[in-house]
Parts: sequence; structure tokens; C-alpha cells
Amino acid sequence: MEKNNIHKFEELDVDKFLAPENEKRSVLAPDGSIVEIDPLKDYFCQDRPEELKPRSGPVEKFLNWARAESLWVLGFGTGCGSIEIPPLVTPRFDMYRYGVQMRPTPRQSNVFIISGYLSVKTLKRAIRSYEQMPSPKYIIALGSCTINGGMYWDSYNTINRLDHYIPVDVYIAGCMPRPEALLAGFAKLKELIKAGKAENANEYARNFDWYKANQKKIIKDWNMPDFNW
Amino acid sequence: MDLKNLFQMNPDRSQYPEMGEDGKPIIDLSSHKYLKIWQGPQHPGVTGNMSLELTVDGDEIVESKTHVGYLHRGFEKLMERRKFIQCFPTCIRMCVAEPDPNEYILAACIEDLGGIEVPEMAQWLRTLALEMARLQVLLRGVPGQGGTFALGLGYQWGNYIRDLILDRFEELTGGRVYHMYILPGGVRGLLPDGFKKRMEENLKLADEFVKSIDDLMYNNAVFKQRAVGLAHIPKEWIDKYGVYGPAARAAGVMRDVRKTHPYLKYAELDFEPYTTTESDVYARSRVRWYDLQTTIDLIRQIMAKMPEKGEIKAETPNVMHWRIPKGETYQKCESSRGEYGLYMVTDGTDKPRRVNLKGPSYTHANALLDKLLINANIADTAGIMVSLATCPPEIER
Amino acid sequence: MIELIKDIESRFNTSDYIQKLKHLAFITVEKKQAISLVTYLRDYHKYSSLTLLTAVDWIEEGKFQLTYLINNPQNFTEIGVRVMIDRENATMESSHHLWENMATYQRELREMFGIDFPGSPRIEENFILEGWDNIPPYRRDFDTKEYTENTYFPRPGRESNDPATYMKSKMYPND
Repeated sequence: MEKNNIHKFEELDVDKFLAPENEKRSVLAPDGSIVEIDPLKDYFCQDRPEELKPRSGPVEKFLNWARAESLWVLGFGTGCGSIEIPPLVTPRFDMYRYGVQMRPTPRQSNVFIISGYLSVKTLKRAIRSYEQMPSPKYIIALGSCTINGGMYWDSYNTINRLDHYIPVDVYIAGCMPRPEALLAGFAKLKELIKAGKAENANEYARNFDWYKANQKKIIKDWNMPDFNW
Repeated sequence: MDLKNLFQMNPDRSQYPEMGEDGKPIIDLSSHKYLKIWQGPQHPGVTGNMSLELTVDGDEIVESKTHVGYLHRGFEKLMERRKFIQCFPTCIRMCVAEPDPNEYILAACIEDLGGIEVPEMAQWLRTLALEMARLQVLLRGVPGQGGTFALGLGYQWGNYIRDLILDRFEELTGGRVYHMYILPGGVRGLLPDGFKKRMEENLKLADEFVKSIDDLMYNNAVFKQRAVGLAHIPKEWIDKYGVYGPAARAAGVMRDVRKTHPYLKYAELDFEPYTTTESDVYARSRVRWYDLQTTIDLIRQIMAKMPEKGEIKAETPNVMHWRIPKGETYQKCESSRGEYGLYMVTDGTDKPRRVNLKGPSYTHANALLDKLLINANIADTAGIMVSLATCPPEIER
Repeated sequence: MIELIKDIESRFNTSDYIQKLKHLAFITVEKKQAISLVTYLRDYHKYSSLTLLTAVDWIEEGKFQLTYLINNPQNFTEIGVRVMIDRENATMESSHHLWENMATYQRELREMFGIDFPGSPRIEENFILEGWDNIPPYRRDFDTKEYTENTYFPRPGRESNDPATYMKSKMYPND
């Protein structure tokens, strides 16, 4: 696979939007030497995401079973749907019994619940969180607004179709979906993973250029690396 | 590099930050004395989807800037494109945790400008819905304060009882979180059969919860040590910064729209909002705990005093063609966080000209929080935010 | 409240006084005197708390209406001070020195309506939007539906109708 071709996308005037801490600069190290720093290159892996080929038969089956039984959810309430996630942790709905639990950082989680509409400003953060999650990773899209815009179909600041920006595994319709619907969504996701059909992280790697072009179309102040993990 | 200084246990920080002539700290990030960290939007210690740009010196915050806009949907613009009745599903989503005050203020604005009298029974039912909404928010919010100081158990108990209240809402309105119960001219329905009995059972559980949370949180040594004396709001700041509701009452200033401008049936109910003067995180949490008791008591009073049957909706014009004459008004109510108001301007067409929501979080989370966080520890940020009851969707709408 | 209004009218060039509710009144003042009136009410009549500052776009008249809604915590009354300013190059004197929370309102107005308040703290920074390059969204001439259709990818199959005409055509097709 061709690597490091991040310049393939439409060149944006990045310098205009850079925060001062992201600008190129030289820094005096404690030992007296001068170090050149380019924060947008230095701290991030510049490689494109790669497609992971499934292992052979029974091994992949076992791995899929293991993945399905421990879904760790990223605790990022991106929209109003996040109000129905706390009840899931309480004894009445109790998602722990399905092996589902909340994690505070993307590095530890493999399920991202997009809880409702995404404004452009949040989409930018959601993409970064998604890319930082280790593969295999799955996305559950909550609420009608992720499907076609829902309530906010004519709002100038919310996206209409989530699947144009990040690949979605399971949609849960409703405004807002009940906790039971969320549990049903987790059950559906488990089925998909066990059947080996939840391959959207690979889908993202395959159609990386298309997703990036869509993202850059609406995020006009693109002041972050093209890919980071 | 001076190693002694590096490993010193209690470094002398009194020299940082150096103050400029205008009273603002001089912060030079390249001097290695300060570090800039972002708390949020993806952070468990932030109430919802917002972020704080913190400049820290060691563990201590020297400068804080609130960044909002992650939940902006442009409601005020969307409502200009919708007929008055279509505004309701949009308006209630402005504050997710407590949607009923949104419904009420929008209905009150339309009734005021359109000249509609609300029947008595509908007023009682509206009061009941508003108090139930306050109850379900406080059942999450009061133990939520403990959650920010690593005391998660109360949060689980509170959420369980909140779910039961949401069940009652479901019986009453058909919706779990978003209710759309209050409409211009009245409400959508009467109480279902046996509602009062089931509500009373839930209120008994809530009573027990109030007692147990007192033992669990307010007499807990860790909670007391961390919350007492944290983020003090002086009395002079109340008007200067725009502090409302429980935060103002903790500073000894009576700010409760239910008492100062009695709306609906609050004039006929017997209650006295609690005030204290300590004005720290502990006092603000305590005020909300007393509010929880007041609310439970108010729901009992409302259910005892309200008539069994009656007119629940006044005659309104056909909502599809309803034109409201030119005018402007400001209607407010008391949410669990403080004064919650809607400013509406109409121009004689079937759509509002301009709608502007004023929520307490707008001032609490911007001007006030930036000021309160200075000299606080990073670990206390979440506690301070929750004590001000910050609700991001109502800041940016 | 009548005495207060008489006092104001004797000192400032005001018009269009409306007593909307028992505790709520609106009054229009000319642009030059607006900040002095708000300061006068704050300092001499105990209208010490700012409820909100917002703008209304009267595009037909080429004006923006600014509303300073201030309240008196002693007798619980509220006054809305309306100011009409020109829509072209809209600028207003900043009043961030009166209340600490005023700067936030002015930042929002600058971003959403394009009204400038020179000298207000952090006025140049983004408040809600990020990377916005169109006309300010709360202005009436900004069409949010058209912008959405061109920018985000609308899912095909969703149509919206004007509810009044749609219901009429469904319920009374013969009319």
C-alpha cells in the first residue's frame, strides 16, 4: 500500500488556522541543544490506516467471539442521546452483564456511541477520537439525527448523514432511543461481530480518501494531522 | 538544571504567576513554568460536551477559558423557520436534562402574546409536570456532586429512583425524556388512573433516598474535606456575574422565580426555598439537597390540592394558520439551575421573528467559571462545574 | 414603575414605552444615549442585574434592534431597553465594564449577527462556530435550508411540506 501520501487531498491553507502551540518552532532543550519541532508531524503517526485481513477460520471465529463479549465504550457524550447512557450503568438496565462498560479514553475502547446529532465542531473531535481507537472498532449511531438529520435536517451546523464521515455499524432509531433500544443495539452489534460482518474499520481504511474528502469539505479550518493514532 | 528544586516536595509557587500592570497574569508558555491542558470535550470530568482550556502551574490553575459550541444546533434560527406549534419539538431539546421548563416558557410566551387564558386544571397539571421535572433532575444532580469527588454510589441510587419518575412521566405524557406535555392553551391530558398512588410510592422511595444521601455524602469525611471552602462566591458577585438559583441562594441572596414572580399555581403552595451564606461547593450542594425535599413536598401538595377533573385546554385558533400580532415579551420560570427565560419577538406572521433563550448556565459556565477556577486544583474542576449545574446545550442552543 | 419611566423620559430621548406585564416594561432609546441609560438605571435605580442582551434583525427597515434586559432584584421589576442600530457596518458601544457577563453576550452577537463591539474582551475569538466563512447565521438573509442542502449530504427520500397546504390537500382534496 502506498504510504505517506497525505498530500493527495485538496491542499488547504492550514497555516491560517493553526493555534500557536501547533506552529513550527525551535525549542531550547534542558541540555542546551536546539530542537526543531513541527507538532503536526512529530507527535503523530503519519501512516494511513491499513486493512486488517481476517485470520483463518476457527481462529477468527474465536477472536470474534472474544471481541463481541467485551465491548468497551468510549465515554464521549457527543449529543443529547448521552443522557440515556447513565441509566444503562444502573441496576435497572445494567449493561455490565453483557460485557459492556464505559472507558474514559479512546485508547482503551473499541465502541464509539455517537449519541445523536454532530455539530461540525464536534465532528472534528469525534473523527480524532475515532482514529485514536485501536482496531477492531465499531460505531453505534444513536438517534434519528445520525441517519438523516432528524430534527435538525435544516440546521446549518449539524451534519445530516453520519455514514459519509465515519463508517457506522449499527443505527438505533428514535429521538431519543430508550435504554432498552440501546441494549438491543448492543445485542445486534454482537451478532454482527460474531458473524464477522462488522468490518467497518477496514471499510474506513479502504475508502480513506473518500472519507477524508467528505470530512474536509465541511471542516473548513482543518488544523490537525490528516491521520493520527 | 537544579535537581534540588525539581524534587522539592512543596515548591514555592507564590512567585507564579507574575502579575502584569493590568492585573492579569503574565503567562509565557515557553518559560516551562506553565502547561496548557484541555479538559474536554472528550473527558469524563466535564458536564456534557464542552471544554476548558486550562493553564496550570503544577496542580494549580492560573488561567481558564471556557470553550462552548460543540452542541450548537441553531435553535433560534430554526424556530424562525417554523410555525408556532412546530417550535415545540425544537424548543424542548434546548436543555436535554430538564425539558419541561422549555415547554412552559415557550407556551407562556405564545399565550402572553396571543392573549390566551389557561384553564385552572391545566395550570395545576403544568405545575405538577414542572415539579416532576425538577425532581428527576435533582435526583441525578444531588448525588452527581458526590460523583465528582469519587463517590459514585449515590449516583446509582439516584438514577434508579429517577428512572421510576421517568416511568410516571411516561404514563402521564407518553414520553420518557422529551414529553411535549405542555402546549399553548393548556396541556395534553389528564392524570391516568392510579397515578397519584404510584407517584406516592415513588415519593416514599425518594424520601428514603434523601435521608440516605445525607448520611452517605454530607457526613462523609472525604466529601467534606474536598467540598467545604471550595470555590467561594462572594455576595457582591451575584449581580456582577449573573448568578441564579441554588448558587445565589447558597450565597444568602434569595433568587427563586417561584417566590419572586409566582407563576402558575406557586402562589397557592406553601414552601420556603432554603438559603444559607457559606457559598462554597458544599453549601451549594446542600441547597440543592433541601430543594429536593421541597420538591417532594410540593408534589404531594399539588396532588392533594388539584381538582380531579376540569378543562385542560383553552380554545386556540387553528394552529396551522395562527398569526400572532406584533409584540415582544420575556417569560421566565425557575428551573433546577435557576432563572430560565425566553425572550420572544413576533411580527404578525405565523412564525416567531426572534426567540432568545436565557439560561443560568450561560453566565455560570462562562464568566463565573473562568473566575472561580483560578487557584483551584485540576482535580476540583469537575466538582466546581457540577456545583454550578452547568448544562452546555443551553449555553449555545 | 410609572414614576421611574417619567424620570427616564425627562432625562433621555426615549420613545415607544410599553408596559408589557406588571413587572416588565420595554422602552426605546436612541443609540447615543443607550449605554448611559443602562448605567443610570444600574447605578441610581438598582437595576443591578443583567438578564440578557440580544439582537433582532429587522431586515425590511435595515435595522438591528438590540435589547438590554435588566432587572431590579429589590422590587423584582424588569426593563427592556431597546436600541435601533443600522444594519450596514453594525457597531455598538461596548458595555463590558458594567457587568462581567456582558462580554459573553457581545461575543455571541458579534459572531451570530456580525454586530461589532470594539474593545470588548476576546471579541475577535470564536465563541460557538469554528471556521465559519459565510454571512453570520442569525441574520435573516442567511438561508439555513439552502446552506444545508448544498453542504451536508441530504439522504434522498426525505421530503418536507408546508404543513398547512399539505394537510389541506390530504383532507380536502376536492376544494
